[in-house]
Amino acid sequence: MTPAAPFASRHLGSGSAEIQAMLQTVGAPSLDTLISAAIPSEIRLGKPLNLPTGSTAPEALAELKTILAQNRVSKSYIGTGYADCFTPPVIQRNILENPGWYTAYTPYQAEISQGRLEALLNFQTMVTDLTGLEVANASLLDEATAAAEAMTLCHRVHGGNHDNIFLVSELCHPQTIAVVQTRAEPLGIKVVVGDHRKFEISDSVFGILVQYPATDGAIFDYSALCTAAHQHFALVVVATDLLALTLLKPPGEFGADVAVGNSQRYGVPLGYGGPHAAFFATRDTHKRQMPGRLIGVSHDAQGHPALRMALQTREQHIRREKATSNICTAQVLLAVMAGMYAVWHGPAGLKRIAQRIHDLTRRLAENVGRVGDEPFFDTIRIRAKAPANLNVRDFGDGTLGISLDETTTDKDVDELLNLLGGSGVPAATGFGSLSRTSSFLANPVFNRYHTEHEMLRYIKRLEARDLSLTTSMIPLGSCTMKLNATAEMIPVTWPEVGKLHPFVPKAQAAGYQELFRQLEGWLCEITGFAACSLQPNAGSAGEYAGLLTIRAYQEAQRHVCLIPVSAHGTNPASAVMAGFRVVPVACDQQGNIDLADLRAKAAQHQDDLAALMVTYPSTHGVFESGIKEICRIIHDHGGQVYMDGANMNAQVGLCRPGDIGADVCHLNLHKTFCIPHGGGGPGVGPICVAKHLAPFLPKHVSAAPHGSASILVISWMYIRMMGAAGLVDASKLAILNANYIAQRLEKYFPVVYRGHGNRVAHECIVDCRDWKARAGIEVEDVAKRLMDYGFHAPTMSWPVAGTLMIEPTESESKAELDRFCDAMIAIHGELATIESGKLDRENNPLKNAPHTARVVTADQWDRPYSREQAAYPAPWLREHKFWPVVGRVDNVYGDRHLVCTCPIVEEFMQTS
Amino acid sequence: MNVPTNLKYAKSHEWVRVEGDTAVVGITDHAQQELTDIVYVELPKLDADVEAGKPCAVVESVKAASDIYAPVSGEVIAVNEELAHAPELLNEDPYGKGWMFKVKLRDTGELGELLNASDYTHHIGA
Repeated sequence: MTPAAPFASRHLGSGSAEIQAMLQTVGAPSLDTLISAAIPSEIRLGKPLNLPTGSTAPEALAELKTILAQNRVSKSYIGTGYADCFTPPVIQRNILENPGWYTAYTPYQAEISQGRLEALLNFQTMVTDLTGLEVANASLLDEATAAAEAMTLCHRVHGGNHDNIFLVSELCHPQTIAVVQTRAEPLGIKVVVGDHRKFEISDSVFGILVQYPATDGAIFDYSALCTAAHQHFALVVVATDLLALTLLKPPGEFGADVAVGNSQRYGVPLGYGGPHAAFFATRDTHKRQMPGRLIGVSHDAQGHPALRMALQTREQHIRREKATSNICTAQVLLAVMAGMYAVWHGPAGLKRIAQRIHDLTRRLAENVGRVGDEPFFDTIRIRAKAPANLNVRDFGDGTLGISLDETTTDKDVDELLNLLGGSGVPAATGFGSLSRTSSFLANPVFNRYHTEHEMLRYIKRLEARDLSLTTSMIPLGSCTMKLNATAEMIPVTWPEVGKLHPFVPKAQAAGYQELFRQLEGWLCEITGFAACSLQPNAGSAGEYAGLLTIRAYQEAQRHVCLIPVSAHGTNPASAVMAGFRVVPVACDQQGNIDLADLRAKAAQHQDDLAALMVTYPSTHGVFESGIKEICRIIHDHGGQVYMDGANMNAQVGLCRPGDIGADVCHLNLHKTFCIPHGGGGPGVGPICVAKHLAPFLPKHVSAAPHGSASILVISWMYIRMMGAAGLVDASKLAILNANYIAQRLEKYFPVVYRGHGNRVAHECIVDCRDWKARAGIEVEDVAKRLMDYGFHAPTMSWPVAGTLMIEPTESESKAELDRFCDAMIAIHGELATIESGKLDRENNPLKNAPHTARVVTADQWDRPYSREQAAYPAPWLREHKFWPVVGRVDNVYGDRHLVCTCPIVEEFMQTS
Repeated sequence: MNVPTNLKYAKSHEWVRVEGDTAVVGITDHAQQELTDIVYVELPKLDADVEAGKPCAVVESVKAASDIYAPVSGEVIAVNEELAHAPELLNEDPYGKGWMFKVKLRDTGELGELLNASDYTHHIGA
């Protein structure tokens, strides 16, 4: 191993002494022999990556600061779905900048995720209240994709008997229209853009999309449109603004079936386009057609209310190509922030902010030459030439759009009037029949935490309920829960990163352009490809973008997408969205792609073969030897190879998708390149493509031109600080750590798959299946018991039911790996005790896990094992004990009795 | 395992009870055990035309969504509306209150393709 650069030694969990000890355990003379055994030699990269040399944190921060100094932070009146706002400092420091919130994973393990589940329930409640609809999900990637998802919901509900026409108002945000058009085309949906007042609604129309307030600020009454649509069984989607809805009649009250929008202005920085949490709300009747995650209320084993993710059968990991969407991740961190902004300001505070913006806008409107006489909220359209150095929206027809926001001052309006002022006419006060009369956010949670002490303690209370990387390793296979170094996170809240509107002139974002250029170059070098698009906001969005690229290259003439049965559920779901027909390919006993079946399917479909989607190393965590042959077979039959980069953390610097024979791959910057998981988003899923595909990269798969621009600084910092040598060391250590765990656990929990050289790659699957027969114990019981030991479970029952997939990553120390292995081995001891009959098969520490403080400290204790065994089964717990705040959550009850809004949480507080 | 002898069975684990020219359809005791706690049932629409061997309904547990295949062809003349708010009936009483839908038989010959109780018992290895 090369000597670590200063930062790399902090990122990598082990130094040379620990590495030697682990090598001894796995029986490899050196790290290089282990890597040579694990990776087929024919795909090894025979040269160092052409990347900068690693640096220290201060050096990299200084370099990035110099680059971003080229950004010019100035006032923006551009609007178009993005509005500047004040992030309450208590939220910025204690959520956005706090690893207790940003390093957590998606809340699949509900018992140790109650904090962010409550925060997300607040978000859902806020969205349902403000939109006047009955159910809202826990966020989507951005407003434009949310609108596209709404279109497909309408299509699922009412698409059957129609000619597939979706009407879109020309006064929707242009980026929304573009993404909707992109998404409609492969699905055979005809998008007709026009003036909503002239829409011809017939039985051929299944849905309508309008913006409220419209993109130029005008507020229209859509109630007649809704009535007309419903007469033809078409649904109406209203893209809207949560701040405007504090003053305006909510869409649910005038007949809308779906409401979508961007919650960014609720305290989330502009960030040159993202990440932001989009919202999606609909009527109760359509809840099973809804995309994305939904938080619901259930109860735990002791009968106390507990939160969880509900109705997961809608999602791609269960329904695959029949899922409601390919969406896997959400924008949890940003949804949490937006929900907390509402908690902080409360209904009166939000209304005050909205009213103040509206009053300023009225003052402006009354003194300029306004176009149109519709009511407005914060945006007006005027007839004027754009003054130099003023960020306004130019409609290109001699009119300008001007949007005010929470940060606009009286002085700003004075300056605007100086530049643009003319004669105006008095504007009406209020919104007439479109004024809001219904109350909102009446729930106590939105009316209780308005002082900073109260707010701080509420945030901290929720944080303490969640197990994040600040507590212990999160060994989730396929999720790559590596270190999110503080130095990587620091630039995220720099003003030159956060304060830029996505549609400012490029010259004002020269720093960002430089950052993109460097990062794209580095990612191309790492993948062995020629071009890169940073736009996709998640891995699933990357898959979709990559498949669209292939589709465009093939001029939509080929339709079959081969997908191994072992693939992640997003693969088939994305393929269907891109207009492909999914044909599954079998896997052999070792979990590898069955080459005979692949050859047969490729030959069978050779006239129509579009693509193969393949994950490498495989979803079973091994380097398949046949990968080059697999790529050859596909190319020989006219197809393109899409490589899912979910497992890229085992490849960086060791082998490259482009060299192996893939044509396109996506990367999960939130896995391999250190963007934290945010408790379930944001993610960034750029795609890299070979030269022949470069001209076909899609332009509009996300709302913002550069997707989640503001968090790209994290990956830039990681690559810059690690350098070529540090990155290759990371891959090697990730592989060593996985093999070390495999070796230590093998005796207790057999390793299900081994690949080349009888080694695993960067993760390993361990078997728990026979314990069902031996002790009546399911893999879920093992997962929940790990919580009592202070750990988050590995990935459970994926890709093989009844197993655990463990991915340690390179940044866990040997001491932490040992602690985890010790916990697993101790649990094995408990299993053996149950098998031997010394512990009851039903009433035992595994079935009853996790144990809460309330259970363990209750006056009554009638279990056949001790309280100490329940809560302190390992010595390290005396030093630090993480207490799950609820016992085992009843999933069945939650799905049978769906509740997705707040009130019951208040009952929960009263009962508990 | 409960496999009543008066019913016919599809290999895909649906049962059929013939009542005149009508077939009452549900899922077997074995199926409900394998599916675990059922939380939602999506039934075919009334008047829909279902075709033997084709998926026509879905049952969901917390962790899985499973297609239900029509064991016989014909028009759906009744659906068990109770299941909308009590999906657990499929677990509690699969052959009784947990019936799913009724089909007006189009081709009684299709009944010959179904298994009897002992063949179905053999099929599930019970």
